Amino acid sequence: MTIENKQAQIVEEFSLMEDWMDKYEYLIELGKKLPPLEEASRQEKNLIRGCQSRVWLDIKREGGCLYFRADSDALITKGIVSLLVFVFSGHTPREILDADMSFIDKIGLREHLSPTRANGLLSMIQQIKMYALAASAQKPV
Amino acid sequence: MHIREQFPALHQKVYGKPLVYLDNGATSQKPKMVLDVLQEMEGKLNGNVHRAVHYLSMQCTERYEKARVVIRDFINAASENEIIFTSGTTASLNLLAYSFGQTYVRPGDRIIVTEAEHHSNIVPWQMMCQRTGALLEVWEIDDTGALDPKKLEQILDKPGEVPRLLAITHVSNVLGIVNPLSEIIRIAHYYNVPVAVDGAQGIVHKKVDIREMDADFYAFSGHKLYGPTGTGVLYGKEKYLEEMVPWQGGGDMIETVSLRKGTTYAQLPLKFEAGTANFTGVAGLKAAVEFVNSLDAKAIEEHERKVTLKALEALGQIDGCRILGMPGTYYGQIYEKIPVFSMIIEGAHPADMATLLDKMGIAVRSGMLCAEPLLERFRVTSVLRASFALYNTLDELDFFVESLKKVLKMLR
Repeated sequence: MTIENKQAQIVEEFSLMEDWMDKYEYLIELGKKLPPLEEASRQEKNLIRGCQSRVWLDIKREGGCLYFRADSDALITKGIVSLLVFVFSGHTPREILDADMSFIDKIGLREHLSPTRANGLLSMIQQIKMYALAASAQKPV
Repeated sequence: MHIREQFPALHQKVYGKPLVYLDNGATSQKPKMVLDVLQEMEGKLNGNVHRAVHYLSMQCTERYEKARVVIRDFINAASENEIIFTSGTTASLNLLAYSFGQTYVRPGDRIIVTEAEHHSNIVPWQMMCQRTGALLEVWEIDDTGALDPKKLEQILDKPGEVPRLLAITHVSNVLGIVNPLSEIIRIAHYYNVPVAVDGAQGIVHKKVDIREMDADFYAFSGHKLYGPTGTGVLYGKEKYLEEMVPWQGGGDMIETVSLRKGTTYAQLPLKFEAGTANFTGVAGLKAAVEFVNSLDAKAIEEHERKVTLKALEALGQIDGCRILGMPGTYYGQIYEKIPVFSMIIEGAHPADMATLLDKMGIAVRSGMLCAEPLLERFRVTSVLRASFALYNTLDELDFFVESLKKVLKMLR
């Protein structure tokens, strides 16, 4: 599935939800379902610090694609982390760099990615894009 | 309660739901009489203070200096020379740390702060220590959040380097318990150590009589005291302010400026007020203090006490809920609690709770509350805080507790 397909699928799912309560219950479910990172990956080097909540991001490169695993100490943040991992994981650095993020707007979660939110999500996207940029400059392993 | 009628911001809806504003520890809403003054100042009475002989400038100057007198009386200071206008508590403490440091502090001197301080009462002292070579020493709190005076005496009595200043909060923005300042200041003065108080939260809920308290410095903000953002006060005893070197240089703080002979500084209080003062804001701050003065202080205190007792009881019944900072008698001193409740609830992250409560129309705070060392002391990375003002009702408290229970059902 392409990144656009995945995003379209998320937008479709969210469009079925009537109010904020449904959306947040869904995010909380996603957050609970996302397997927690093992202690070894919840290290300082993977930590994205925010005043509100913390995010851990673990990145692997295999066969020209990037794979992400992530975790957060807050459930709603973790639910959004789960969406981002689903969207970005298993794609080439180029595809990740070209990805348009407007689906976040379409599902009404833009506020969670504002700089003032300080929950680590904005930094997570920036780190994913930075890593993709660095990887795209190298030859595939 | 007719008080609410005077606060237009309280009568709005957010996400289609009536706003329940419980983030007063961060900033309070403003009464109409403050808003009217701000509009009048910006829209009509706009002339730079302490400068011109024209009508508008003189009107502004009169209001500005009248505000100083109103605030002098509000905290019962001895003289208006002891009231310095700043942009807020943080600016007040930075001014103090700079000017006090340059005037009195020598390498090896000790500056004492408590573990319960807001970053604004830590970082300026760390910076001062870097500039002067002084050492920062920490007076630790106990598990209840209280301070053992014996520990202070041990710190002050230690042979060797001179303790130069104690910086302490009146009320912690996380714990909400009122430090027994009179006793603490008595001890510090016994060792000839002046005391600087962060009054950002304290002055909002407790009547401050600065001469009775005998604090040497007291800093507070306008925006938490129903006044405009960007206003604040540094109170300082005249004997110190007189000796202290100024912080910022520029207009208003000078007496004469000469490129050859150098500059001489203005008398107090203008010596510490460089640049065009926030005269609009200060006029609003005056109105805010007049608003507080117009209220029945006893009734407000009684109301806040009711809110506090009820909240402690209701929140205490929530499974796994722990409140930081409980009132009680510790070390022979009574620690009161203002209606500020920072919570840790098992199985629910503060950011999640705050996000969901927001959607229900309830404004609360989550995170580290600018007090990272204090949170670290309690081994947590985030708390949920509900902070009440004099306009919050018991019904709002009930609604908050009920909503919190709903939120916990979603999260746990």
